[in-house]
Amino acid sequence: MDDRFTISLIVNNQYGVLNRIAGLFSKRCYNIDSLAVGETENPKISRMTIVSTGGEYIRTQIVRQLNKLHDVKHAIMLEEADSVSVEHLLIKLKTDGNGNSQITELLNRYGGKIMYIGDRFIIADLTGPTENINKFIVKCIPLGIIELCRSGSLSLSKNADDVLNINENI
Amino acid sequence: MILSGAQILIEELVRHNADIVFGYPGGAVLDIYDELYKNSDRIQHIITAHEQGAAHAADGYARVTGKPGVVIATSGPGATNLVTGIANAYLDSVPLVAITGNVAVPLLGRDSFQEVDIVGITQPIVKHSYIVREPEDLEYIVNEAFAIASSGRKGPVLIDISKTAQRGKSEYHGNCNISLKKKKALPDIEKALKAIESSERPFIYCGGGVLASDACEEVLELSKRISAPIGLSIMGLTAIPSSYELNLGVCGMHGKYASNIAQSDADLMIAIGVRFSDRATGNIAEYAKNCTVIHIDIDEAELGKNVNSIIDLCGDAKQILKEFLALLKSSQKPNWINRVLCYKQTDKPVSAEGEFLPENIIKFIREKSDPETIVATDVGQHQMWVMQHYGFLKPHKFLTSGGLGTMGYGLGAAIGGCIANNKKRTLLFTGDGSFGMNLNELATAVTQKLPILIIIINNGVLGMVRQWQSMFYDSRYSHTTLNRKTDFVKLTRAFGGEGKTIYSIDQLKEAFQEGFPDDMPFVLDCRTDMDIKVFPMIPPQGSVKNILVK
Repeated sequence: MDDRFTISLIVNNQYGVLNRIAGLFSKRCYNIDSLAVGETENPKISRMTIVSTGGEYIRTQIVRQLNKLHDVKHAIMLEEADSVSVEHLLIKLKTDGNGNSQITELLNRYGGKIMYIGDRFIIADLTGPTENINKFIVKCIPLGIIELCRSGSLSLSKNADDVLNINENI
Repeated sequence: MILSGAQILIEELVRHNADIVFGYPGGAVLDIYDELYKNSDRIQHIITAHEQGAAHAADGYARVTGKPGVVIATSGPGATNLVTGIANAYLDSVPLVAITGNVAVPLLGRDSFQEVDIVGITQPIVKHSYIVREPEDLEYIVNEAFAIASSGRKGPVLIDISKTAQRGKSEYHGNCNISLKKKKALPDIEKALKAIESSERPFIYCGGGVLASDACEEVLELSKRISAPIGLSIMGLTAIPSSYELNLGVCGMHGKYASNIAQSDADLMIAIGVRFSDRATGNIAEYAKNCTVIHIDIDEAELGKNVNSIIDLCGDAKQILKEFLALLKSSQKPNWINRVLCYKQTDKPVSAEGEFLPENIIKFIREKSDPETIVATDVGQHQMWVMQHYGFLKPHKFLTSGGLGTMGYGLGAAIGGCIANNKKRTLLFTGDGSFGMNLNELATAVTQKLPILIIIINNGVLGMVRQWQSMFYDSRYSHTTLNRKTDFVKLTRAFGGEGKTIYSIDQLKEAFQEGFPDDMPFVLDCRTDMDIKVFPMIPPQGSVKNILVK
């Protein structure tokens, strides 16, 4: 069964690391649905969240292959039920020039906020689970989407500990 | 101590016992070569005819010595010429440190003369790679590169050193010792022991990992202890002496009948340091489907990658086998042994002894050679025949391109192997196709006075491809009949070596009676029939049920 799954990993914060990770996925014919990366509290270390799709075989292989890379300090699978995942959306929507009550109502319902009001458009910001963002975008289509961008999923385990053992692995 | 980057590199090569390196100079490595000139008493540099030959030589050197081979090339084309050699080492898990020069930092990324992104180009075929921009980073990086190349599952590491880092100066400490993390505790072997104890027909499948972890004796002892016959992967060929009764030979497409049949008959397969390549398994759905598989490998990602193993043990083969042996009682299985020895009869030769066949050429030369002789091959039919018929008695004597199947690997590898073995007589079995690819390295063998005996199984065709065309493409011999007029003996003479053209076993015997010079390569150009096929053969995507014996 092909399911989406999330991998969390800590890597050396160096040039070329993203290339090695992306290269591993393409070389082994795995798909990257989304990838988000940013520095951690330790500037030597970045943290990545990768969302991919595949069955049990691919899940196991990806984690094992990632852990072989020298620049990967630790990679683990995050199960959906045991983790919190959110995504970030910036969306540019058309308005009629006087604001738009439908947009305001939609943003209120989904917990988004307006970041910028332009001439006949607004830029709104929404954070939430990927499914919520998907639903929100569908609702926005009839209102007129000019453009949008998404961050890719960010995930943390619900476990009380540092599941990647950052301090042990660097 | 303040040293230039190039000096630091030399000091670190010396510290890592890289007393022999292979390479080819050029603009972007002038500073490194200047230091090699000044340090020729500490590091011997072997210049080859082409960087690819240097990479294969470093690979052959590493396979014989067990320590990382070192190859040096300049930027741009020098670096790209290493690519096949690096890929070859990657696929066969050979420790290699490839050092390339690159343009100065201000010129990087500007498509400068002889600039390529060699780190990008080689990314999928290295264990790790570095771009060195500052001399300060060099000491640590060289240390880490050697540690990565020779630890865990071994493999190639590339260090791309900018001219800025070579020429710039930095403090040198000379005491950097890197121990890589990610060490794991030994796996729990209880389940495996139970499976072994309850097995009636155990089979050991032994691969290159056994040689890499120096576990040959342990495998042999395990085989005797539990009455398990042994099949080998091509990378594991020399791990077990061919004279051992329960060594059934190589498994897979051109493996032996006995090893393939016994493997499929077994109720338990203990696979050690193998990766179940498609050439070894054939149709994966049919492969080992009636037996429990215990898979031992140091690379966790190999466990379950190609074959669904029931019991996975990630770790060093030698350590795990030692634990097995400490706990396993002797259990003899005469019925099973008799059965596999019966299978072994099928692998007995059918050809007449005096016939001028590749098999007989190889066997004759084997008889005339010391068991310590290093044997290199190229890729194709001759490689399979050597694998089947040479009969190795000692580990680490066989240099062959198992994973990548690199035609042109042989001569470079033979040069590296010969130099690693104190320039003793070395054999290279090759084909006229493979030999044509990198025969420029005859120049290196002549300059270095290497007594490499080059046996060309010369059938005038690309024999392995022709065999497939004959069997699966209705004998449409598309571009495999070479129609060349190359005289390999004259050619070798032109390079400064010697040779003979051989048309019969008697002529071969005569050549051996006359002997060969000790200070140059010698070619035996053996003219064989183009339609001889390699058997046994499990056709592509077939299973052991489809095995063709002739």
